[in-house]
Amino acid sequence: MDWLPAAASTYAGDLDKIFYVILAITGVIFVGVEITLLYFVIKYRGREGRKAAYIEGSNKAELIWTLTPALIIVGLAVASQNVWSKIKDPNRFPEDALELRIEGRQFAWGITYPGVDGQLGTDDDFTRYNELHVPVDKPVVFELTSADVIHSFFIPVFRIKQDAVPGLNTRGWFQATEVGEYELACAELCGVAHTVMRAKVFVHPRDEFQRWVSEQAQS
Amino acid sequence: MATAEATMGGMAHAHHEEQSFIRSYIFATDHKIIGIQFLFASLFFLLVGGIMALLIRWQLGFPGQAVPFGDPISPKSYNALVTMHGTIMVFFALMPMVMGVFANYLIPLKLGAPDMAFPRLNMLSFWMFVSSGTVAMASLYVEGGAAGAGWTAYPPLSGAAQYSGVSLGQQLWIVSLILFGASSLLGSVNYITTVINMRAPGMTLFRMPLSIWSLFITAILALLAVPIIAAAAIMLLFDQTIGTTFFLPADGGQPLLWQHLFWFFGHPEVYILILPAMGIVSDILANGSRKPIFGYHSMVYAIITIAFLGWIVWGHHMFQSGMNPLLGTTFMISTMAIAIPSAIKVFNWLGTMWRGNLQFHTPMLWAIGFVSLFTIGGLSGIFMASASVDIFIHDTYFIVAHIHYVLFGGTLMASFAGIYFWFPKMFGRMMSERLGKIHFFLTFILYNLAFFPMHLLGMGGHMRRIADPTQYEFLRPLQPLNQFISVSVFLLFLAQIPFVINFFTSLFKGEQAPLNPWKDNGLEWTVPSPPPHGNFETTPTVYHGPYEFSSPLVEEDFLPQNAPLNGGERKAATVGAGAGE
Repeated sequence: MDWLPAAASTYAGDLDKIFYVILAITGVIFVGVEITLLYFVIKYRGREGRKAAYIEGSNKAELIWTLTPALIIVGLAVASQNVWSKIKDPNRFPEDALELRIEGRQFAWGITYPGVDGQLGTDDDFTRYNELHVPVDKPVVFELTSADVIHSFFIPVFRIKQDAVPGLNTRGWFQATEVGEYELACAELCGVAHTVMRAKVFVHPRDEFQRWVSEQAQS
Repeated sequence: MATAEATMGGMAHAHHEEQSFIRSYIFATDHKIIGIQFLFASLFFLLVGGIMALLIRWQLGFPGQAVPFGDPISPKSYNALVTMHGTIMVFFALMPMVMGVFANYLIPLKLGAPDMAFPRLNMLSFWMFVSSGTVAMASLYVEGGAAGAGWTAYPPLSGAAQYSGVSLGQQLWIVSLILFGASSLLGSVNYITTVINMRAPGMTLFRMPLSIWSLFITAILALLAVPIIAAAAIMLLFDQTIGTTFFLPADGGQPLLWQHLFWFFGHPEVYILILPAMGIVSDILANGSRKPIFGYHSMVYAIITIAFLGWIVWGHHMFQSGMNPLLGTTFMISTMAIAIPSAIKVFNWLGTMWRGNLQFHTPMLWAIGFVSLFTIGGLSGIFMASASVDIFIHDTYFIVAHIHYVLFGGTLMASFAGIYFWFPKMFGRMMSERLGKIHFFLTFILYNLAFFPMHLLGMGGHMRRIADPTQYEFLRPLQPLNQFISVSVFLLFLAQIPFVINFFTSLFKGEQAPLNPWKDNGLEWTVPSPPPHGNFETTPTVYHGPYEFSSPLVEEDFLPQNAPLNGGERKAATVGAGAGE
């Protein structure tokens, strides 16, 4: 099944797995309810001179269809919570990551790289617009903000989405697993040119990324 | 529009005490006339919102191409269309439909009351609604265009003209929301008081039909949620006009504060729209199945639980907003819990049909359609309740699909069920069953063709509120699906023509409605159609619950709530307008 886009980050698979588990569970319930509905519509269609059974309910049935969904919900919540905290809990962000600063503005993504020294906030930092370059198989931790309105940082293949809110510095992370070119979109309505607020994502092999950084630092 | 409503209202109201035309039909205090006024108003806005949907789908299916007989849609107009489609459908089409039409029309009639507790307040509520709708419509024509920050109006985009290019349009949007809030509060206070104070003798709380239970609980929910949005809207208006910075970060304002306030109202709003729909469907499903509703008490508790949970889960709209992820966990758990009472309701509806003697009249078809489609909307909600799955599907077409399954597949299907069911009561004439069924089947099929594929768009990562999906390489393969959806939506719009024809021809030429055309138990079917001013000549006494269908105690397969069991020896106990226990 590949209804979801290609998965190109370390946690994309975890998220997809929960998606498909929910799809399977809700799919079974969906088919069950619709078939039952259809079956009842045919079987109990009205006939002249017949009276419906006078049934007011059943406590046993109520108990069954209260507890069953409750159990399923608890299971789903626990599974979701694991992936949720893995992706979003700042205490669990990976160590030894490439640090980036990302700023959304109407209507571009500004990405500030730490330069050759690997440290943000030093003289050799440089900013590139609408191009996100990252090395493969290395965690990237970013600090996200906005210069004007709310934007949302969305890279479908990485399964990461995080709003960029002016006045807030929100942190997030991802680790790309596949070399290639992808797209970064703004997912929050941000004004007239919201539709074209997009950027290219380049996932480089590690040595190529280092070369790119040095080239950029020189220019 | 007001005059049109008034003349139409005039059709409905043959018997009344001597009152001027204006007091009877325009500034009316009779709950039935007000209900009918709301009906015409919300159908009008449904049409406006529907036309906007056509324009939106035109742009998404055929980006940049000129609209037939018009110009291409600019990105700015597209934002205005998306904003106003959502605003109009939620506030001016669906909310007045359930909380204006059915609440007004049904609460006094079904409880055996002569009118609402506060008839003048009721009138004020309707006219504040009209002024609110007028302001919203006017905003479409002002300099700079209508609001373009989405129906959720997130600041800073909505807070300052420099960001959206819209100034007056956005301010009018806020003003109309404030007026709408006032209208809604007046309605809620009235409904709550009426239900508590004005029930006929014998109409205990647990003999109330589920439609009334759900409207009652919804009114309480609205009372707890609407003031918040009104306050937030006033703060936003100050940010826009007098230089405060509640939501603008420049001087320490908090953009996320708006989201908390908006969704503290906005999420209950969804339940305000769906709970009355569930109630209406419960009434009609029991009637059409000729069986008592399965698990009446657990249905009531489910309504109360859904309303309570719906009131404390707003944060699930903000999982990706930058809110503390720990809060995300609590909101995920409370949100998922709503699946439990929702499941109870669906299973009880199935239980109601089980071993029934199903009568497929038009209202019943819409009610069955509701159960089928609400199931999809309810189940798709579990995906975004999971905070981790929501990371991917948040702000995509998966959400658009979900909200439309709940509000169109749910609320609107139930509204059609209700209109077909109570039209004879409102206007004294029957609607055409044949046209009604054509309307149902076309709508049901085309609706699914239009909205089910939106789940697939969302799974492909298709963002909502973008004007041109072909701008993105990863969305280009989905464009044929976008076109398919657009064509389905156009046809879905056309499929409403049988309803319009049916509605207006039946209004003037429909068959005279018999006293109790659906063989129902409700008190509203014991008085002439349309009921006279004051509703009941003598206050009815209630002896049974609302769902005594196929009772073994009587020969008929229904037992009106006011019919005493042993022949007719016990007549109504109290005479006169004042009712109570």
